[in-house]
Formats: sequence, C-alpha cells, structure tokens
Amino acid sequence: MDCSHVFEFRVNRLIVVFALFLAFFSGSGAFAQTDTTHVVDEAHAEAPAKKFDIGKFALHHIADSHSWHVIGETYINLPVILYTKNGMVTFSSGDFHYDDEGKNVVERKGLRFVKLHEKIYYASANVNAHGQFVDLDEKHHAANARPLDVSLTKNACTLFLSIIVILAVFLNVANGYKKRKGKSPKGLQSWMEPIILFVRDDIAKPNLGHKYERFMPYLLTVFFFIWFNNMLGLVPFLPGGANLTGNIAVTLVLAVATFCLTVFNGNKYYWKHIFMPDVPWWMYIVMVPVELFGIFTKPIALMIRLFANITAGHILVLSLICLVFVFDSLYIAPISVAFAVFIGAIELLVAFIQAFIFTILSALFIGMAIEEHH
Amino acid sequence: MELLVPEFGLVILQTIAFLLLMFLLAKFAWKPVLAAIKEREQSIDEALNKAELAKQEMIRLTAQNEGLMKEARAERDLILKEAKILKDNILHEAKAQAHNEGVKLIEKAKIEIENQKKAALAELKNQVSSLSLDIAERVLRNQLQDKVKQQELVASLLKDVELN
Repeated sequence: MDCSHVFEFRVNRLIVVFALFLAFFSGSGAFAQTDTTHVVDEAHAEAPAKKFDIGKFALHHIADSHSWHVIGETYINLPVILYTKNGMVTFSSGDFHYDDEGKNVVERKGLRFVKLHEKIYYASANVNAHGQFVDLDEKHHAANARPLDVSLTKNACTLFLSIIVILAVFLNVANGYKKRKGKSPKGLQSWMEPIILFVRDDIAKPNLGHKYERFMPYLLTVFFFIWFNNMLGLVPFLPGGANLTGNIAVTLVLAVATFCLTVFNGNKYYWKHIFMPDVPWWMYIVMVPVELFGIFTKPIALMIRLFANITAGHILVLSLICLVFVFDSLYIAPISVAFAVFIGAIELLVAFIQAFIFTILSALFIGMAIEEHH
Repeated sequence: MELLVPEFGLVILQTIAFLLLMFLLAKFAWKPVLAAIKEREQSIDEALNKAELAKQEMIRLTAQNEGLMKEARAERDLILKEAKILKDNILHEAKAQAHNEGVKLIEKAKIEIENQKKAALAELKNQVSSLSLDIAERVLRNQLQDKVKQQELVASLLKDVELN
C-alpha cells in the first residue's frame, strides 16, 4: 500500500523542486524568490509533466537515509556496511554519487551493488528499460536480493548520538548524587529528578506494586530513550531531524523488549489466566486463542502506536512547510510557518506523552504478568 | 507499505545499542540515582519522625511543667490559707486577751476610783465638820457678843425645841 496518494494535491501550476525548499531555508526571501522562478522555468522546460508530490517528499524525509542532508546541496556521506555473501563490505555512500534510482553500480569484493529508494540491492547484470540495474516486479518493486545492511544510516547515527547524549546527561546526574550525597539536587540533577520520580511513583509503583524495583532500569531507559529521540527528531537541522522513534524497526525492538519481559516474568497466575481461565470448559475453544492472541497484540499495539504517532507528526510538519511549494507562492509561507510552529508545539507535548504512554503500558503489561492473586 | 517493513539491519543495531544503553545506565546511573533518592527519602522521613517525636516530648514536658506549676500554686495557696487562719487566730486571741486585760484594768481602776472617792468624801466630811464647827464657833462668838441676840437665839432655839 502506498500512502503517498493521501498527500496528492491538485494545483494549477506544476512544479518539481527539492532545492527550492532548501533555498527557502538557506537564502534570503528575495533570493529564494528569484530562485523559485528560475527553477520553475527550468522545471517547465525540462519536465513539464512532473509535479510536486508532497506524499513522496514527506515519505522520503521520514524514511531512513544513507546520507545526511546538512544545508543546501551539502550532504554528509555516511558509511555503508554490508554483510554479504563474500563477508563484510564497507564503502562510503558517496560512491553512489547521489544516485537513489539504482542506476549507479558500486563494485566491491567482486559484488555489484545499487541503491534504490535508500535500500541497497545486489545489482542485476543487465540494465532495465529505465536505466536501472534492478529487476522490477509488476508493482515496481525491486525483486533483487539484498545483503544484510548494517550501515551507519541517518537513523543509526542518531541512535548512537542519542545514546551518547543520554549517557552524558544521566552520568552527570548520577555524579550529582555522589557529589551532593543526601543534599538537595542541583542543576541537571534537579531537572531530571522529578521526571525520574514521575516514572517511579506514577508509572512503576501503581502498576508493578512492591516488585517495581526490578523493572525500574528498563522503564527508565525506555522512557528517556523514547523521549530524547522524539525531541531530537523535532530538531529540523543536523544533529536532529532523523525519524528514529518513528521507525518501525526501532519501535519493534522496544516492543519486543516489553514482550520478553512480560513473557519471562509471567507467573503461574498469568499463564493460568491464559490457558485455564475461570470460565466453563467449553468456552476454552474461544477464550484460549483470544488470550494467546492478546499476548502478541499488546506489544504490537505498542510498536504501531509509537511509530504512527511520531511519523504522523513529522509528516504533518513537512506537509505544512510544503504548502509553499504546492501553492508555488512565498506569500503562503507565513501561514504554513505559523501552522508548523503550532503543530511543532503540539509535537513537543506528543514527544513526552508517547514516551509516557509506551512506558506506562509496558509497566501495565508487566504488572499484569507478575500480579499475585490471593 | 515500505514504511511498515522493519529494516533488519537497523533492528540489529537498535537491539545492540538499546541493550548497551540499558546496561550502562542501569549500572552507572539508575542504580546509584535510585539508591541515593531512596536514601534521601528515608533520611527525610526519619528527620520528620524525629521532629514529631521531639514535638511530642516537648508537649509532654510542657504538660508536666504545667502540672508541677499547678501543684506548686495549690501548695502556696494552702500555705497562705493556713497562715491566714493562724494569723486570724492569733489576732483573735490577742484581741480577746487585750479585751480581758482592759476589762480587768477598768475594773481595778473603778475600784481605785471608788476607794479614792470614798477617801476624798471622808476627808471632805471631816473638813466640812471642822469647818462647820469653826463657823459655828465664830458665829456663836459673834452672836453672843450682843445680849439681845443671845436671847433671840435662845428663844428661837426654844421655839425649835417646842416644835420638836
């Protein structure tokens, strides 16, 4: 299913400009204005049939990438690390020469690679009708085999960056407790302590009861990981801007962690509730499958919820900014910026709320699994 | 749909990175931080409890003091009362004694006065009798110098005798 049709707007004038968006941010208004007409003319001359596709633009921006856009035409080429049939292969993503259509082949260790929509494939031997070294199926998806791609993509870089930030913050906080033993908190410490206490007193204790201490490291880590990354994702320029917590792979891992904690800590009451619920035996035909299904739907809901909320926020802000290009007028900019600021403020709230919801639901599921019945 | 398919490479990286983060934070941040917070909370609770105990002790001491004070005051009052009674008794006795003494003195004085009066009267009688004798003598001498008057007197005396 391609979501991009949702974002298709029919407008009178057709434009295709990526650089326009960048020029708008990098140059002055007047510069952007002249640039606009210039590029539009060019676009008209080159490909009059192409139009600005908000959906594609937004989806491209929230997806992972092998290069990191800095400003204007400047990109940081991130390293590509592949685990292939012939062992580890590493090279710079710059070797693709900004090609994302599968047209530029990079050869390493006797293997040929192409990049198509930020995914790396083994290149086909022959070029297809579009000049691409991939075999497209009837849905225009590449049918080529893929190596295991553990590249330091934009998301992976953000992941490690956020880990460094989180470690720096909380080692500092922990140091504060060591330095001012038994005294009132100061600085970063006093900033974080209420949040740590919030996780402990409002998330862990009510859901987990007296056994809450065992799960505190997981709950605190997951809360701050999601929150910090949600906030980093809202920063529009370099250290931020990646859509890490809106990436299904990341939310999948977090949800699996909660799933594992639930399943491995589940006591006999929990499993009895699933396999031998207190209902007449003939109801088991319905109840047991439903309960079994429920074990999996809970973490899946966690995964989808976080992914969808953060992705939706990013798409919303991008779409509002793109109104400028959709209407092909700089005069729409104040409106789209005003809306983007408004949504950005809401997103700041959502960043916290989603971290909170993920953590409290994790605590709730674990709490249900370890609950003692008397 | 591509958005909904997790990239296996990122899954691996995220798993490693998240586990590493959780391990590092749990060991170097959460454990000391939670322990420190708990310790501080306990020390605060303890301090509050101690303050509460001290307050109760204070109240108890104050009550005790009050009791002692009351007792002391009652004792003082009692002593004062007793002293007053004693004083009254002494005063009363003294008054009665003084009264008796006074009465006795008055009695004595009266008797003395009576005696003096009697003595004075007796002396007065003597003086009066001697005076009257003297007067009588002088009168008689005077009277008897004249013959006529002697007769007159005798006549009047005789007259008196007759009347008797």
